This record gives sequence, C-alpha cells and structure tokens, in this order.
Amino acid sequence: MTENHTDTGAQIELIDVVKRYPGQENAAVDDLSLTVPAGETVMFVGPSGCGKTTSLKMINRLIEPTSGQILIDGEDVTTKDATELRRSIGYVIQGGGLMPHMTVAENIGLVPGLLKWEKRRTRDRADELLDMVGLDPSTYRDRYPRELSGGQQQRVGVARGLAADPPVILMDEPFGAVDPITRQRLQDELMNIQAELHKTIVCVTHDIDEAIKLGDRILILKQGGRIAQYDTPEQILSAPSDDFAADFVGSGSKLKQLSLLRVRDLELVRPVTCRVGEDVDEVVARAEEAGEQSVIILDERDRPLEWVFLRTLRRHSTVTDPERELHTVVDHRSTLADALDSMLVSSHGGAMVTEGGRYIGVISYDTVTEHIRSAQNGES
Amino acid sequence: MIRFIDERWADILFRSYQHGSLVIQSLILATLIGVGIAVLVTTYRGLSPAANAISAVGLTIPSFALLGLLLPFTGIGVVPSVIAVTFYAVLPILRNAVVGLQSVDGGIIESARGQGMNAMTIFWRVRLPLAWPVIMTGIRVSAQMSMGVAAIAAYVLGPGLGPYIFTGLSTVGGANALNYAVVGTVGIIVVALLLDALLVLFARLTTSKGIRA
Repeated sequence: MTENHTDTGAQIELIDVVKRYPGQENAAVDDLSLTVPAGETVMFVGPSGCGKTTSLKMINRLIEPTSGQILIDGEDVTTKDATELRRSIGYVIQGGGLMPHMTVAENIGLVPGLLKWEKRRTRDRADELLDMVGLDPSTYRDRYPRELSGGQQQRVGVARGLAADPPVILMDEPFGAVDPITRQRLQDELMNIQAELHKTIVCVTHDIDEAIKLGDRILILKQGGRIAQYDTPEQILSAPSDDFAADFVGSGSKLKQLSLLRVRDLELVRPVTCRVGEDVDEVVARAEEAGEQSVIILDERDRPLEWVFLRTLRRHSTVTDPERELHTVVDHRSTLADALDSMLVSSHGGAMVTEGGRYIGVISYDTVTEHIRSAQNGES
Repeated sequence: MIRFIDERWADILFRSYQHGSLVIQSLILATLIGVGIAVLVTTYRGLSPAANAISAVGLTIPSFALLGLLLPFTGIGVVPSVIAVTFYAVLPILRNAVVGLQSVDGGIIESARGQGMNAMTIFWRVRLPLAWPVIMTGIRVSAQMSMGVAAIAAYVLGPGLGPYIFTGLSTVGGANALNYAVVGTVGIIVVALLLDALLVLFARLTTSKGIRA
C-alpha cells in the first residue's frame, strides 16, 4: 500500500508455534512461523482440519499453544493475563456470537464495560460504531439480537469487535452464516472500515474468493498448519507455489483476478440524472439531447433511487420515487467481480456506483470487458 | 362451614401467611443450594451422575420419614419443618439448574471468553441469565411441591395450615372434622396459586426481554 496513512494496527509474529492435543498422533499445528505486518489484513484459508482456526485462536489464547511464541507488537502474549489480553484484541465470529439476553448497545459495550469505561463514553461509542456499520443507532441500539436479521447481527458482531479500538482484530469465518448478497455488502463495508482504520486483521475463511477480495495477504495452510503459500492475492493467483495451492485457488483464476480490481480503478460514465419532483418533459428533453434512452433518479441526498428508461418515465408528469429495492448499485471500492454480478441483473448493461452512499457514476459492461480484453492482450 | 370460617378468620389468615412464609423462605434457601450444587456439577462433570442419583433417591424418601429422622436432632417446631421443605425444594431446582446451565450454547460461552470475560463474569453475566428461565421453572415446580410438604410438617408441630388437616383427620366423624380438613386443604391451594402467580411475575421481571418466550 502506498497511500499515506497511520497504522493503528500492531504487528503479529508467530514463531515455531506448535499445538498438539493429547492422544493425537499428529500435531494440529506443526511449527508455524509467520509475520503479519501492522495494518494489514491477512486471510487464513485451507481445507477443514488444516489448523487455520486453531492458529487464529492461539493468538488470543482461546487455545494455548503447546510450544512456540506469539508476539503482538513485540510482546509475548503468554506473559499477559489471558482475559486482559483478550480485551485488547477484537474477536468477531460467525453469526456474530452476540449475547441473546443483551441489547445491541450492551453487546457492543461489552469490552468497554469490562475495561471500566465511563457509561456515557461506552454509550457514545456504541452509537458511533452502529453508524459505522450502517445501522441507525436510534432504531437498533435497544433491540435484542433475535430481533435482527442475520446480516444485521453480523454487523453488530463487527461493531463489538471494534468497540475498544483494539490494534488487532481476529475474525473466524465472519460472513459464513449470511446469504451471498448480504455477504458481499458486509465485505464491502469491512473494506471501507479497514481503509479508514488500518487495523491488523487476521481472518479465517474457507472461501477463497473472500480471501482474494479482502486480503492484503493470503495464507494457504495444509494439514497440520503447514504453510503451502503466504503471499499477496496477485502472486497467489498468478504464481501458485505448488499443486496444493493451485488446486485450492481452483480454476478460473483469470476470472478471479476480477476480484483484485476495484470499480474505482476503471473509468465511470455519467449518464443524465434527475431528481424526484422534476418535470418529466424537461428531463426527457435533456436525455434525448444527450442521445440516451434512460436516466438515473437521485434523491435529495444524491443517493440513487432507480435507473429508468424514458418510456417508463413518461408515464408520470413529474419524476416520482419508484420505492423499489435496488440491486444494481455497487460501492466504488467493490471488486469488478461483484460489479459484473450486479450488472447481470441490470437491463441497462451497467451498474450505478456510489461513494459513501452518494451516486458518482455508472460502470458499464463494455468498460469491464474492454479492460479484460486489453489486460489479456497485454499479457500474451 | 361459613360459621366455622367466620369464627376462625384471623387464625386462618395467620396460618396461611405462616404457610406461605415457610415455603418462600425454604425456597430461597433451596434456590441458593440448588444453583450452587448445579454450578459444581456443571463445572466438574464427574459429579453429575452422583447428583442425579441423589436427586432421584431423595425424591423417594417419604417426607413423613424424613421428618421422623430429623426429630432426634432438631426437636420439634420450625427448624425441622424448614429443613424438610428445603430438602425437597432443592431437588427440582437442582435438576433444572443443571439442565439450564448445560444448555447454554458453547459458542456463546466461547464468544464471551474471546471478548475477555473471566469465568466469574461469564457465570454472573452470561450463564446464569441465560439459564434463568429454566431455573425459574424449577423454582415454580418446587413451590407447588413445597406447599404439600409444608402441610406434612404439622407432624413436627411446624407452622402453617397443616395442623388443620391433621386435626380434621384425627377427629374423623367429629363435629368440625370436615371443616378443618377442607379449610386446611383449600387454604393451601389458594396460597399455592397466589405464590405461583407471584413467581410468574417475578420470572418475567428477572428474565431478559431478549430470551423471553
């Protein structure tokens, strides 16, 4: 990363870490050494039983290593009290792992509470984090987990992990329990949050696409926690170290490289826009002058409402809010793979792009295919 | 019958109060003991069969026999009554507390550990609140059972409505025998219903809205 930023994360170092369970012949994790640079997101992937979750849980000592050292910011984690250590490390698990008998705000305030923050500060922090993960504080802070959808629970789980502003956040299959569309949104949001906070994130997943999308680096583990490859997503896709890594990444790695490119890396087009309440005849005239068949409707805060053909628009005399759920909107940080996904359900051959919720343009199908074609020509 | 009640109105009320008070105090004691043992049993899994055996055998001891056994040690009066009622009240609470504590999702516990809660905090803030509805059900069962046991405590001259029933039984055929027995029995039923209503209310107030059925 070349951007200018201050890392709030801390470096994690695993040195010859071994985990052996009594009565088992093979070690669950055998001699794992690894450095996670401060402020980076590292994804642990591998087949089930490869020791990725065990490795993760040894960092916050939910599992005690048999031998070896784990250093966070140069400090050996075993020298600290285990519960104290865990309060300084964010922990996000599949489904959120929320306490069902506590409200959303109480769940988020759990660690600050344990750290004896002032009540007021804890409450403000919970509101701030709810906002950050896209949930309206006044609506959600007093709800109980069972009153939330799976995706919302997971958002609260992420907020709870961030609550005490820990330098390191561990995530164990954080988005494994939600549907694909929600998962994609949660991944986008996590990337936005990480772009701002630069925590050190260690995330276990079984989904290689998720790893490619979110990771600054990917660790592919084999049985027994042995490293198959530890590298950037680009390297892992273009130069897998051995057959195991290649198999794990799977076929269609050309297609997967679309997960490395962001929408903002490509040029956006800017079709005619209009606002709710405008006179339809004027809008149609503007669009026809520009030689276009359709316009984008924005609300008063510049959020896209709908992308409509002129013939649909003509049914009313003023522009109205269609009040439909939009599926063809992507964040400017989304991957091209996600954008293509959205475009496939669009009748306009493109997807609307937003930045922080505000409309900034359209990415067209042609732009993407053009980009793939030129990339291929460049390679061969 | 009406005259019978009319003449003893104050006495009946006082005995009903005593009966309820004996049961409530024994219940509080039994809850502390039952939950305490349940914590031990769920922490040290090896104790679990022993606890199950004791609670199964315990319920087979007739309350009459238990009171008889207690007499040489405690004499007659309130003390053996409280011990006997508490003894039986512990059993359903213990069983429910064990089930309740064991059924708390392991994932939730691990999540709590992962946030940096120690064992003590996890017990008070996670395991107990989550097991609470099940424990409360045990307490309600205990309360109903204790009403009957408390009546038997009249045998050791304990307080409450029990002596009315005993008087009725021992003077069968006498002038007021039926009145005594009926007033004693119905009185206990009324006290039991009142206490159950109170416990339902208490359970509602002490159970988080997030897990209320």
